[in-house]
Amino acid sequence: MGASIRTQVLVVGGGPGGYVAAIRAGQLGLETTLVEADRLGGTCLIRGCIPSKALIHVATKYADLQRHAAAPHLGIRLSAPPQFDLTEAVQWKDGIVDRLSGGVAGLLKKAKVRVVHGWVQFSDAKTCVVKGEDGETPDAQTLIHAEHVILATGSVSAALPQLPLGGDVISSTEALSLAELPQRLVVVGAGYIGLEMGIAFAKLGVEVRFVEAMDRILPTYDAALVRPVEQWLKQHGVAVHLSTKALGVEQGDAGVSLTVQSGDAAPQTLDCDKLLVAIGRRPNTQGWGLEQMAVDMNGPFVRVDAQCRTSMHNVWAIGDLVGEPMLAHKASAQGEMVAEIIAGRRRAFEPNAIAAVCFTEPEIVAVGLSPDQARAQHLEIVTGQFPFAANGRSLTMQAGADGGFVRVVARADTHQVIGIQAVGAHASELSGEFALAIEMGAVLEDIVGTIHAHPTMSETFPEAAMAALGHAIHI
Amino acid sequence: MGRHIVKLPDIGEGIAESEIATWRVAVGDVVSEDQPLVDMLTDKAAVELPSPVTGTVVELHGQAGDMIAVGSALVTLEVDGQGNVSAGKTGAASKVAAPLPEAAKPAAAAPSSAPPTKVSAGPEATPAPSKRRASAVTAAPVLRKPGDKPLASPAVRQRARELGVELPYVSGSGAAGRITHADLDAYLETREAARPGAGRAPLAPRTAVEEIKVIGLRRKIAEAMQRAKQRIPHFAYVEEIDVTELEALRTHLNAMRRDDQPKLSLLPFLLRALVQVLPRYPQINATYDDEAGTVRRYAAVHCGVATQTPNGLVVPVLRHAETLDVWQMAAEIRRLADAARSGKAAREELSGSSITITSLGALGGIVSTPVINAPEVAIIGVNKMVERPMYQRGQLVPRLMMNLSSSFDHRIVDGYDAAEFIQTVKSALEHPATLFMEGV
Repeated sequence: MGASIRTQVLVVGGGPGGYVAAIRAGQLGLETTLVEADRLGGTCLIRGCIPSKALIHVATKYADLQRHAAAPHLGIRLSAPPQFDLTEAVQWKDGIVDRLSGGVAGLLKKAKVRVVHGWVQFSDAKTCVVKGEDGETPDAQTLIHAEHVILATGSVSAALPQLPLGGDVISSTEALSLAELPQRLVVVGAGYIGLEMGIAFAKLGVEVRFVEAMDRILPTYDAALVRPVEQWLKQHGVAVHLSTKALGVEQGDAGVSLTVQSGDAAPQTLDCDKLLVAIGRRPNTQGWGLEQMAVDMNGPFVRVDAQCRTSMHNVWAIGDLVGEPMLAHKASAQGEMVAEIIAGRRRAFEPNAIAAVCFTEPEIVAVGLSPDQARAQHLEIVTGQFPFAANGRSLTMQAGADGGFVRVVARADTHQVIGIQAVGAHASELSGEFALAIEMGAVLEDIVGTIHAHPTMSETFPEAAMAALGHAIHI
Repeated sequence: MGRHIVKLPDIGEGIAESEIATWRVAVGDVVSEDQPLVDMLTDKAAVELPSPVTGTVVELHGQAGDMIAVGSALVTLEVDGQGNVSAGKTGAASKVAAPLPEAAKPAAAAPSSAPPTKVSAGPEATPAPSKRRASAVTAAPVLRKPGDKPLASPAVRQRARELGVELPYVSGSGAAGRITHADLDAYLETREAARPGAGRAPLAPRTAVEEIKVIGLRRKIAEAMQRAKQRIPHFAYVEEIDVTELEALRTHLNAMRRDDQPKLSLLPFLLRALVQVLPRYPQINATYDDEAGTVRRYAAVHCGVATQTPNGLVVPVLRHAETLDVWQMAAEIRRLADAARSGKAAREELSGSSITITSLGALGGIVSTPVINAPEVAIIGVNKMVERPMYQRGQLVPRLMMNLSSSFDHRIVDGYDAAEFIQTVKSALEHPATLFMEGV
């Protein structure tokens, strides 16, 4: 056995939940150790949010330039079509990831967090062995005993048994680091991960088709919000096979053949070069000794209370491991909270709303209740909607023509804002103000009473609130 | 004059209805704002509901034991201003229909059999703020519907959590019933004001922790005590002394003292006993340098007198007690204590003692285990003097008894010697004439 460590707080996982928990614990003077087998930053930073946004940016820029090459546009004409080199684009993306991952390491160091690299294996709730790269030699193993354990192991891509990953059948992780562009890509799953990736590849000139078992794309968002995305897919010739099941896959020299079935119709075959399986994510509960820790489960997730306590004394769990929404910012908020609770402060995780953002084309942002969700709770509501097409700033950025809008949902009796949604280019940047309004308990009059700078896209928010009150100015 | 209907607010725990436990008011009572109206029972607790306004009770909508749904009318009040019910539509369906006392009868008194009316608690019901008088009475809490989460900003929620306040109990004055910091302050004040009595919100735990750096005199004391307890094996010995005679002498001397003489406490007599007895026990009137391995036995009696000062324990030293009579000792003890308390004691007045007396007698206490004032080897503690029934020659007689609780450095002083020493002191104190005789 190599080194032996006793620590006040052990954080398992260096993603946006774990590293934030560790930094906050360190700031609060707790002796903190973080274990991570991969690079620091977790799925979000290494193979999720950040790299996918980089790829989406590249794809959007390339599609723009192509438009200018095809025909004069905004007075800009390109004499030759743009050339695209996926390898260079991936390198650029990797550079951003490297920089951010290094930044996390620096922040952890500043907070005096000890980082141990390796795979963790728990033998009981407070004791684990960390195996380094050549983990079988005893010297590369570190024994850690902790007073508090924060589980932040995150999630992994879910797989379908009939679509085993490997070869040209890939998950979003591989899709972010392809060596060359496929000509034809089939994406199984039209949730936000599949759509973000598929749309980016479509912009890069790949022939993309979606296969979705449900009868609509983005099933967690309401139909009106998703319509501009459906429109974009239609306009750009991206086929979407709804209510269609993936039955099986065959890999050959010429690529991949996916067998699908729509309803009771005869099965048909979709040929492609790469098959991206993006059917969602499942909590990472396997292979690190969770079963030795005697914590209660909640379906596939670890059961926690409002303080992120598990059923085992002084064992805490945060982020994707504990349930929906599986979002980085939720994990970070829980991590920060747990560190403070361990340090003796009184906290609880009870946000009014957690914003969710899809970087589709156009972007979608949703905070709080949709009109349908509010009605399902028997709330009497008023709603107000304002199109980006009537917003000056949107038009100057060519962001007004995609059918996008901002929608506000408020209680009819008190005018308390309980939901805000938007769809449209650049709409994701409005998510902060939306979340703030709901978290502060704003009423429609508060939104209207806040002067928004002109010309910005944010002006659409008070306009939507005024529409809910029955007196929008600009429509 | 208008009517204000007080409805049952959401009192938390996700309950939809609540039982009336006790009415705290009756029809005709004049209630002021925040005065308790009724105790409501939930599964977990009795909750006292204060009146949101000042007014006269017109109607109680239920009897003790009735279940009332959250949001239903509880009490109708006659208030100045327009109230929250428009005139002529008052008098929601009544269970306890009581005749109005003359004084409380409104100008447009409506029959209590009038049909029930929907009373909105929303913003519409709030009068224009320009009507100052009216707005003062209708600053009613916005009533939350059952299941509604209390509305408050993250900062207010966090503060409530730290204070141990359950937000469902707090009424909100902001838009849509939003709870502000001011609402939380107001809630805390009412809760504090209503402390004594029953049916309260749960007691808040005290969570403050004050961190104080141990510096100065306190650090000195801490170091000295730690050293003494770590290095010295203390031998404690307690004996009771019959001080009836001594106390009679002391009272007599005090009664006949001259104006220039100080009042005598018991300490000079104890000192007198030590002066007399210590020469026979030289190992007790000594200091022990345990690093050098040397004991110094003193012919003189330099007696430390443990003194409580505002900053902590200080031990000024009464030097050459053998040269002073009881009056001089009393004067010197007082001078040293004053100097120590005012921080003016000189360095030599705070060092060089060969034995120490510590007295907690005035505070009471049967026994103490004093810590030796190293490098000394003995400390004599004085406990409270009490009159107790004692047997004397078969007769139960009241005697003034007092314990001496002493500690000795067992490395230097044997238990047998220590006990014998205390017994000799006891004998001297119990026969006070011998304190002033030579050759005993």
